Amino acid sequence: MSQGPWLLTRALERASAILPHFSPRTAHSQRMTDTLAIARTQILSPVGLDDGHLERLAGALHSPAIDAADIYFQSSRLQSWVLEDGIIRDGNFSIEQGAGLRAIAGEKTGFAYSDELAFPALVEAAEAARAIAGSGADGSVRAGTLPAARQLYRPLNPIESLEDAAKVELLRQVDAEARRADSRVTRVTASLVAVQDTILVIGDDGSMSADVRPLIRMNVSVVVEEDGQREQAHSGGGARRELRYFLEEDRALGFAREAVRQALVGLEAGPAPAGTMTVVLGAGWPGVLLHEAVGHGLEGDFNRKGTSAFAGRLGERVGAAGVTVVDDGTLPERRGSLSVDDEGTPTSCTTLIEDGILAGYMQDKLNARLMAMTPTGNGRRESYAHLPMPRMTNTYMLPGDKDPAEIIASVDKGLYAVNFGGGQVDITSGKFTFSTSEAYLIENGKLGRPVKGATLVGNGPNVLTRVSMVGKDLRLDEGVGTCGKDGQSVPVGVGQPTLRVDALTVGGTAG
Amino acid sequence: MPNLAKASTADRLGRLEQTIEDLLKEAKRLGASAAEAVVSSSTGLDLSVRLGAVETVEHTRDQGLGISVYFGNRKGSASTSDLSPGAVRDAARQACSIATHTQEDRCAGLAPAELLTIDLPDLDLHHPWDIAVDQAVDIAIACEDAARRADPRIVNSEGGSFGTDARLSVYGNSHGFIGGYPSTRHELSCAVVAKEGESMQRDYWWTTARAPEDLEDAAGVGRRAAERAVGRLNARRLGTCEVPVLFRADVAIGLLRSLAGAISGGNLYRRTSFLMDELGEPIFPDFVRIFEEPHRPRGLASAPFDGDGVATTAKDLVTGGVLKTWLLDQYSACRLGLTTTGNAGGARNLSIGLGSDDREAMIRRLDRGLLVSSLMGQGVKMITGDYSRGATGFWVEHGEIQYPVEEITIAGNLKDMFHGLVAVGNDCDFASSITTGSWLIDRMTVAGE
Repeated sequence: MSQGPWLLTRALERASAILPHFSPRTAHSQRMTDTLAIARTQILSPVGLDDGHLERLAGALHSPAIDAADIYFQSSRLQSWVLEDGIIRDGNFSIEQGAGLRAIAGEKTGFAYSDELAFPALVEAAEAARAIAGSGADGSVRAGTLPAARQLYRPLNPIESLEDAAKVELLRQVDAEARRADSRVTRVTASLVAVQDTILVIGDDGSMSADVRPLIRMNVSVVVEEDGQREQAHSGGGARRELRYFLEEDRALGFAREAVRQALVGLEAGPAPAGTMTVVLGAGWPGVLLHEAVGHGLEGDFNRKGTSAFAGRLGERVGAAGVTVVDDGTLPERRGSLSVDDEGTPTSCTTLIEDGILAGYMQDKLNARLMAMTPTGNGRRESYAHLPMPRMTNTYMLPGDKDPAEIIASVDKGLYAVNFGGGQVDITSGKFTFSTSEAYLIENGKLGRPVKGATLVGNGPNVLTRVSMVGKDLRLDEGVGTCGKDGQSVPVGVGQPTLRVDALTVGGTAG
Repeated sequence: MPNLAKASTADRLGRLEQTIEDLLKEAKRLGASAAEAVVSSSTGLDLSVRLGAVETVEHTRDQGLGISVYFGNRKGSASTSDLSPGAVRDAARQACSIATHTQEDRCAGLAPAELLTIDLPDLDLHHPWDIAVDQAVDIAIACEDAARRADPRIVNSEGGSFGTDARLSVYGNSHGFIGGYPSTRHELSCAVVAKEGESMQRDYWWTTARAPEDLEDAAGVGRRAAERAVGRLNARRLGTCEVPVLFRADVAIGLLRSLAGAISGGNLYRRTSFLMDELGEPIFPDFVRIFEEPHRPRGLASAPFDGDGVATTAKDLVTGGVLKTWLLDQYSACRLGLTTTGNAGGARNLSIGLGSDDREAMIRRLDRGLLVSSLMGQGVKMITGDYSRGATGFWVEHGEIQYPVEEITIAGNLKDMFHGLVAVGNDCDFASSITTGSWLIDRMTVAGE
């Protein structure tokens, strides 16, 4: 409640990437049946729940005063490994399962959840949730299956996609690579996380949708020391794929080298400048700008309530000509992607800003209904124990036509920021921050010395009007982002081409 | 769903203790030389209202267990939300399976038996509130109403919210230690939106306590949220400058949190703390005392023992400005060749000695500079102490607030900021697990227009 939404690269619970190997255009209906079958086998069968039970539960949630209801079953398995100082120090295996039951009357939501999946416990939860609308007769519901949604990732279990011995060996290689990269490396921490998250959503019409979501994540953190000075940097990546992804294209070892490179740049860094100046943002993860400056402010809940700085501004100019921003949950195998959202709605590519004009909001079912709009597949929740709300998936800006080198060369004096920690936004005032972890001065169109990390601050509703050049080099991040809102964390992606922003305030110490 | 009734608490604790014993027994059967486990169970009610009507009612009920097993110096861990006997056996088996792939780590293992807590002091942490949903709704509405009525410029609301949670938590290990206790936590908060002309601002206030009667009055919470939101209206920007900075008490909490992070074991043995060479050295001016009181009755962070089962103890972290101790758990202590300080899980109820100046006197002392009322972003770098964050607040001149400011940053280095602490106010007017007044820091860089 206290804090505005934030985005970080660190939190590791859920893990994503770039190369769309698996084609979403093949064998949909077969896949859909697969996920539903997997969900039944993993969640319902062990506790003896059948369609009859589900119909009775959906009926128990229903009454004439209820406008909408759903049941969200989840079974999630997570395995993690941690290497520190050359030793595989710890590993963890975790199983979470439960069901969240929700009943909505007007703007009121009743919610109860249970980590016991026994039928009586679920009936009790259904009654508690339905109490929001007072008492009434049970409804009658028939179970059914929704039409097949396209599958954006294979319904695999990444924990089983590689032998445990091979996982720890991979971490050992990462450690060795980081130490080999430079003799100033004194500490290496590397972690590997694999998650399989299986969900089953039963709508108030009895319709069932299932999704089996793999997620993998690797992180490498290094400390470098020279002449009593110490610096630290992180690198990593992830995807909705099997763990072999990290072995391909030298990815894992690449993360190790990248962490070392960033830390060594830190050793050379001088004070960052202070004040408002031209900032060139690199391609990829610096798209955290979009997540904070416009993304959160365009989530349906804040706009229905009129508490967003963007409320009521559809059709107005909020960006320069040429600025187009989308939220796209449909990119194959990416960390922020979902075949269906946590309300069973297929995800989509929603245009938020089109050629500088505010074009759309991201919606879950509740806010879409109350605003007489269409759900966009952005209804997400951290787990069965949390209520869904409108959340981002992969948020990025479409490319322009400028060469990145040309953008840097255009700046007389400014900052070139290529890596960031995280960011945060005040939805109502529109003010946002994001913090650099790797940045360089630009002087007379040329890159100068590296500068220490600094927080950048701006105003969401007008920052994109100051975008004067958009690169042709659109890149998405490596699959590392975790977004926090109202105490709920979900994996997300960001991306952008190289951008020139004519005025951003840089929070350094050098005047 | 009702909260845990007092009568059944002992029974439920007994059941959780039994689960721990089953876990440890199963680990032993599977060949582990040592094991430790934690089991918890909680129930509660969370609800929110907005514009005078109910928005959500959530009945919460969480449980979970975590186990770590040791085969000599090899460790494995597992956790689950399922406390059924089958799941308990599975968790032990999974942890043991993990341990077949981890490596010898001389520091992996339980805390020495002689450091484990012997008696469980009653810290008065358990005050269940079996409140009906309607009554809780009334409290949340009263809170939001007071905020909406406080000023005509309060035009919208994110709502009021109420939460109550009753928790049982038990820890045990194969030294034969087992300890558990019940605790409760109740919360009330409110966030409203103020508008004047083109300026729209949101702010909030909250209260949290172990016992219902210790919560701030609902209307008071609402009025304070409104006052904070209205105070931000028509904020301006500032020019880039170097000035003294006054951190309001609720913001100064973050500085103490950074201190606790910098002296905690994980950042020390990893060599990622800017204070790693400062034990026994002055890190603040000599008037500063910072202390931890883990046994404070009804304390929001009170606990009789830490996450390793080690007895928690009161201690000074900083006396006369000098750093007196690290905050260590068993593992980090071993890595550093030291003894655990009973801080697995962090510092518990940190306080800084308060000065004599109230809020107005602190602003007069600031004279000309920035009063910070909120911070944004994560720009604190633990390894160097470099500090750069987005800020909002008030510009102060001639010892008086002139106007609110926003879209600025403040930057410096925590080491310099700690040394540059000029005074701590006595303006501590709310309960938190960290107790402090406002902090006046001699000089920071403010970046703006």
